[in-house]
Amino acid sequence: MNVAPLSNVYHIPNPLPLDSGQVLEAAQIAYETYGELAPDKGNAVLVCHALTGDQYLASPHPITGKPGWWERMVGPGKPIDTNRHFVICANVIGSCMGSSGPASLAPDGAPYAMRFPVITIRDMVRGLVALLDGLGIDRLHAVVGGSMGGMQALSLAANWPERAARVLVIASTARHSAQNIAFHEVGRQAIMADPAWAEGDYYAADAKPDNGLAVARMAAHITYLSEAGLTEKFGRRLQDREAKGFGFDAEFQVESYLRYQGSGFTRRFDANSYLYITRAMDYFDIAEEHGGKLATAFAGTQARFCLVSFDTDWLYPTAESRHIVHALNAAGAKVSFVELSAPHGHDSFLLEHDQLDRVVKGFVE
Amino acid sequence: MTPPVSSLRPDLAAIARHVAPGSRVLDIGCGDGALMAELEAASGCDARGMELDGALVERCVSRGLSVVQGDANLDLANYPDKAFDYAILSQTLQTATRPDLILDELLRVGRRAFVSFPNFAHWRTRTALLFGGRMPVTRALPVSWYETQNIHHVTVEDFRDLARMKGATIERAWFFANGMEIGAPGANWRAEFAVFELSR
Repeated sequence: MNVAPLSNVYHIPNPLPLDSGQVLEAAQIAYETYGELAPDKGNAVLVCHALTGDQYLASPHPITGKPGWWERMVGPGKPIDTNRHFVICANVIGSCMGSSGPASLAPDGAPYAMRFPVITIRDMVRGLVALLDGLGIDRLHAVVGGSMGGMQALSLAANWPERAARVLVIASTARHSAQNIAFHEVGRQAIMADPAWAEGDYYAADAKPDNGLAVARMAAHITYLSEAGLTEKFGRRLQDREAKGFGFDAEFQVESYLRYQGSGFTRRFDANSYLYITRAMDYFDIAEEHGGKLATAFAGTQARFCLVSFDTDWLYPTAESRHIVHALNAAGAKVSFVELSAPHGHDSFLLEHDQLDRVVKGFVE
Repeated sequence: MTPPVSSLRPDLAAIARHVAPGSRVLDIGCGDGALMAELEAASGCDARGMELDGALVERCVSRGLSVVQGDANLDLANYPDKAFDYAILSQTLQTATRPDLILDELLRVGRRAFVSFPNFAHWRTRTALLFGGRMPVTRALPVSWYETQNIHHVTVEDFRDLARMKGATIERAWFFANGMEIGAPGANWRAEFAVFELSR
């Protein structure tokens, strides 16, 4: 954690109003861009990242050194073609890769920690819209997002309908279900049960709540996969041993894998950011913001929509996408929807999938 | 006889010729989107599609068409009344769980409806059943009874009855045999395919 951001940073000139009624003073947004902005600024594509994602969409992550999280989708000649489009990806407010979040310094010079205001998905999008204003982009060619990124895309379409001509929402939902909230609560409680969390005030301490954050990540990671995918990858195979050890080491491969995922995550993510962003997702319900009727949120929209779900995604199952499609139909919006077949559950949107590539390319082009 | 538009199937070409330019169109069972593409390119229509087969939907979306993967038996309910100038159901009526209810929905969401279907009373079908004594497998109905998606075979006269029963007006009708348009007389014998334009 605590990295000097290598990204561009946009300082939002005005206080950012939040759904909670609070305002965020001197907020900043860290972002990356790929490709060239056309003189008429009409070729901009905003890609919104997921819960633990960041702005390193198609360039190496500065901490892990790994390739960008959607490098297979974004780049020259890729489905989102940076030869044609100016692609923007910004770290959301509340996160920890250079945009304002709980790890940022408050006006008093100390980290906000839990003094950071509770934010919503719409607040994240307010930050993104401020960035677009700063870049002089009135109307995006497309806004694209998977998972929480899809929530931002939907929120932009519902609340700033003139800002995007195309809205691509992959493996996402218009509201968090009780099950979604339940899994997030497990993660938050794991973090808050870690003594090192210290009511969120750990930034100056030697110990960070890495154990709690790792457990949160492990639990969440299971929800991103499918049972068939786990069985195929690990089965009941043991890790580096011939026989059961009658102890509590990571004896199964799947345990070892989850521990690795958990500890790797703590190197690049702030535990308080995890609390804030999961809370924002749990609050997410576009219909609630628009009088209880989802179709109302999209009434009169001129944007074209495309929704994609995966048949093994049990976190945001196809029914959630279909629910959005029905609302868009009721609103008379131009919408496409396809359920793709993939073995890997929710994470399928990040993995190799030729059909997804063709749909994204055809829709964004 | 008018020459067919581009390379569309004859029933689709007939529909494409008679959709007013600039209309809002819903193509139910749009397949690979051939008709939608034609309507958008040649007539400046705002075309939307619905298709059950995900692989076909993917092809439509990747060619830039707005198509929803959905089931005509269930998913038409979400469209508002008269949301479209035309609702089109081509070669799909006979596959529906309840063709009568689908027809109601077509006439609800569209000001006009186009319906095309293979005519089960075509003489080839009749002779195959009469002399063969088995469910016909013909050029127009090429799939055996046990694997065909056509669960509600319909004839030209059956359809006219259904339209009457539903209080729908038959605005126009076109009939086809051997890939060519034929006249209306004796259509219930002579037509392999029929296209009806309805209003209510």
